[in-house]
Amino acid sequence: MIANYGFKDGSGDWFLTLDTDKCNGCGKCVEVCPPKILEIGLDEIDIFREEPVASVKSGERKKIRYHCAPCKPGFGSELPPCVAACEFAAISHSDGWKKSYKGLRQKV
Amino acid sequence: MVEREKPVEFWRWPETNWVNPDIDWKKGKFITAGVDVGSVSTQAVIMVDGEFFAFGNTRTGSDSPYSAQKGMDYALEKTHLKLENIDYCIGTGYGRVNVPMAQQAITEISCHAKGANFMYGPEVRTVMDMGGQDCKAINVDDRGKVLNFMMNDKCAAGTGRGMEVFADLIHVPVWEIGPRSFQIAKELPPISSTCVVFAKSEVMGLLEQGIPENEIMAAYCSAMAHRIMELLKRLGVKEKFVITGGIAKNEGVVKRLEKELGIKTAEKVWANPNYRKKNYPFDTQLAGAIGAALFAQALLKMGKAKSVKKT
Repeated sequence: MIANYGFKDGSGDWFLTLDTDKCNGCGKCVEVCPPKILEIGLDEIDIFREEPVASVKSGERKKIRYHCAPCKPGFGSELPPCVAACEFAAISHSDGWKKSYKGLRQKV
Repeated sequence: MVEREKPVEFWRWPETNWVNPDIDWKKGKFITAGVDVGSVSTQAVIMVDGEFFAFGNTRTGSDSPYSAQKGMDYALEKTHLKLENIDYCIGTGYGRVNVPMAQQAITEISCHAKGANFMYGPEVRTVMDMGGQDCKAINVDDRGKVLNFMMNDKCAAGTGRGMEVFADLIHVPVWEIGPRSFQIAKELPPISSTCVVFAKSEVMGLLEQGIPENEIMAAYCSAMAHRIMELLKRLGVKEKFVITGGIAKNEGVVKRLEKELGIKTAEKVWANPNYRKKNYPFDTQLAGAIGAALFAQALLKMGKAKSVKKT
């Protein structure tokens, strides 16, 4: 399942996309996320899934713009830590980000 | 001091309930319930062995547990069924953690996907839930499992609450906005403000210019359709495309969305031919609660229910 957390507003698209089929719940993204908005737990959408999965904390979903902006282009030159930490490439951010990191994205 | 008249509220839509005359719940093995406490409306659905048995559709108040109780009581009203007879109850919607009679809570995204699958049939691929306070676009598979979802819950623009505010402003009952938005001489450009509060002042300005009400309704409906469109464009729409939630009843928005999208929404009829023949009420607002009741049924059957009251 592809879970899109976040929203679109006047300032652009702020979606954090998580491919839960690729996620094994290792929790590396949770450790590296600077604002600590990710968590590992049971899948709340697919209730029959038994293994844990990463998700954005429910209280933080409306604040992704403020939490994720510092890791996005213009602020850092590296991949956002959550994306870099995921060995299965389960995490991505919305379009604006992908375009700027096209070259780097392919390495993942 | 004497009040001149009782205030009239144009946003107030009528509450409904219904019980299936063809089912005897006493013969049922599993009686399950789903309670969808949304931000605007609360629905309780009771199912007997996975068959649609009864529902109650009420407005949510400021107190979620009370609203859930009210919805459930309203659904039970004509059934001669008591709350104790229900084997398993699942809460969903915004107030899902505050449903006193529910043993478990499941997010409304899964429940709407499951409910739409039951109501419109397994061919459904895209579900758009247009609720009171947010809209969700969901891609589903043939079993009603969520494949991809996207939510826009940042503000009330493009949602049922926005429509209610608008209805109150122009003094037209909320259920009349759809049909009346087509009785127009020409189509105005859509209301440009996405924010409900700003849109309100824009509408006020249009009213002052003496523009007919119906044309303003059309402009508001197309603005709403346009906003939903953006969400759907991101996710991708596949047929069969269905809309659930309260806004699905507003043809002013639905028809304009269809036009912009180039895809028709599925007809609002039961997929089950038996239900269609007997003309069971089809209410798009019920999708979440139906989904929750179906999950309750599935969990009971699998023996995964968290705690079962009746043995």
